[in-house]
Amino acid sequence: MTDPVLSVQGLTVEIPGRRGILRPVDDVSFDIAAGEILGVVGESGAGKSMTGNAVIGLLDPPARISAGQVMLKGEPIHTTKGDAIRRIRGKRMGMIFQDPLTSLNPLLTIGDQLTETILQHLDVSEPEARRRAMTALDDVGIPAVEDRIDSYPHQFSGGMRQRVVIALALCAEPEVVIADEPTTALDVSVQAQVLALLKRLCREKGLAVMLITHDMGVIAETADRVAVMYAGRMAELGPVRDVVTVAHHPYTAGLMASTPDASRGEARLRQIPGSMPRLGNLPAGCPFHPRCDRVGEKCRHDPRPDLSVDGGRAACWFPLTEKAET
Amino acid sequence: MSAIVRVRNLSRVFDVSKPWLNRVIERLPKARLRAVDDVSFEIEENACYALVGESGSGKSTIGKMVVGLLPPSQGSVEVMGVDLATEPEGERRVEVRANLQMIFQDPYASLNPRWKVRDIVAEPAVAQGKATDGLAEALLEKVGLSAVDAGKYPHEFSGGQRQRICIARALAGEPKVIICDEPTSALDVSVQSQVLNLMSDLRADLGLSYLFISHDLTVVRHMADTIGVLYLGALIEEAPRDRLFEDPKHPYTQMLFEAAPKMDAFGREIDPPKGEIPNPIDPPSGCPFHPRCPIAVDRCSVDRPELRWIGSTRVACHLAE
Repeated sequence: MTDPVLSVQGLTVEIPGRRGILRPVDDVSFDIAAGEILGVVGESGAGKSMTGNAVIGLLDPPARISAGQVMLKGEPIHTTKGDAIRRIRGKRMGMIFQDPLTSLNPLLTIGDQLTETILQHLDVSEPEARRRAMTALDDVGIPAVEDRIDSYPHQFSGGMRQRVVIALALCAEPEVVIADEPTTALDVSVQAQVLALLKRLCREKGLAVMLITHDMGVIAETADRVAVMYAGRMAELGPVRDVVTVAHHPYTAGLMASTPDASRGEARLRQIPGSMPRLGNLPAGCPFHPRCDRVGEKCRHDPRPDLSVDGGRAACWFPLTEKAET
Repeated sequence: MSAIVRVRNLSRVFDVSKPWLNRVIERLPKARLRAVDDVSFEIEENACYALVGESGSGKSTIGKMVVGLLPPSQGSVEVMGVDLATEPEGERRVEVRANLQMIFQDPYASLNPRWKVRDIVAEPAVAQGKATDGLAEALLEKVGLSAVDAGKYPHEFSGGQRQRICIARALAGEPKVIICDEPTSALDVSVQSQVLNLMSDLRADLGLSYLFISHDLTVVRHMADTIGVLYLGALIEEAPRDRLFEDPKHPYTQMLFEAAPKMDAFGREIDPPKGEIPNPIDPPSGCPFHPRCPIAVDRCSVDRPELRWIGSTRVACHLAE
């Protein structure tokens, strides 16, 4: 494998509060290589978005990175602040947010927003920036670019807006793109278009993509590797095919079994009892043990397992190693 | 089995014109949006009828008209043989209306934060003038919460628990039909499965009928007996569940199935569907789907296809067979 473009080691985010310190992200490590899509999946409150924000330096105080490091091509960026991180963010790392309407400025034409970003990060003339803006829009499949470049965001449909947001994230030719629920606000047919676009751009431009979503189906179809998060920790990490066919962590298995799937033809859905614990009230031991059907004494009392207990695959004392019968 | 809800030629037109003065100055005609266009279907007793479609297809508008929150522009909704919009006898209206309840998408917005759960759950019974002693507690236990929860406020519950409270409230009126408008889209999958299982159990125990509105094909496939597919306000295909999924007739239905993410499709390379839902204020002529349809012929842009039967499927397409 080539050297990873983005390498995150032991990333921990803390939010100091009146009732003690909360850790929405706790000791998370992963690498993304060029041309690779890492899917990050989990339920609300699992810490997926917080991880993405921490990587790109967008944590809102009082949240802060308290341990671990984020390396971009071997260069630490988690301590970078002010102008320096601003030059990296946008230039070397792009971000795509969930809601395309709120991530575009309604008062500027999309052409202005793109040229502004290009002029900010690349050393080019204004006409050249506009030319590049057109290429960027063309790349993401906006039809009739000459006519649309001077339109305002409200004149675009949701799917087209998300394409503009992707163009905006890619126009400065970044090495890493963090896509936080890029298709959650879109209809399925448009979602398929946007995912196909993301996959194509990732391959063509050799981008390292971190795709954050709650939808296992999207991950299975789009990602190369998948990281499953639970209560701020990495529960499982592996190639997407392996994880989906034989999940090692009972949470991953439960997550997939509770997605309705007619091919299993069951009258009742499998359910994971209870819901994700609140951050201030994490159970001792493995954070998943109160909901787990494979729970043992070790899970309740031993310190929380990390990925190393299952050879870097699942943070579970008793991993499932063969396909559970359905 | 007989139909408990009959929807006949239902249409709803919204006036989306600019204000009067703008229209005069800019010489604009009145703009109308046909949100629901001549939709007919029936919900059998103790069955689950699902409406699927993308945003703007009119699914929620139909739900609102069935429950009586919106009057239809044309057509009728009959519940247990009574048309609520035209029934002259007030008592009969109240009696039938009591059999309808609704569960909404967002469990954070549909519970009054200043009311205790007991009062929220019992409200439909209070409105019907029924006894409410211990009712909330019993219903909360029925939906998998505990009786002590009745004294709490909604903010003390998680999303899935709130949706259970919404279900308990819907049950308090002892309805026969529940209209569920995207009941699980705001929930995480592990919680979604809990709520769907609960809804299936209640249907079996209490003999409920559901009108289940959703955009999620996997959920619909799990829950529904019969599925109607909507596009731009019109019903374009309707079939029993298994038949629809095994043999979709309409090109739009086929496109929807193809586009839905699948668990076993690693790195699937598909040609994503072309185009988007057109502007409903200015819909295409002929078949509303023809600009995106891969098999469209000249006739499709002129002639609007009517629903016709092919076996047990009703489909609105000239070319389907």
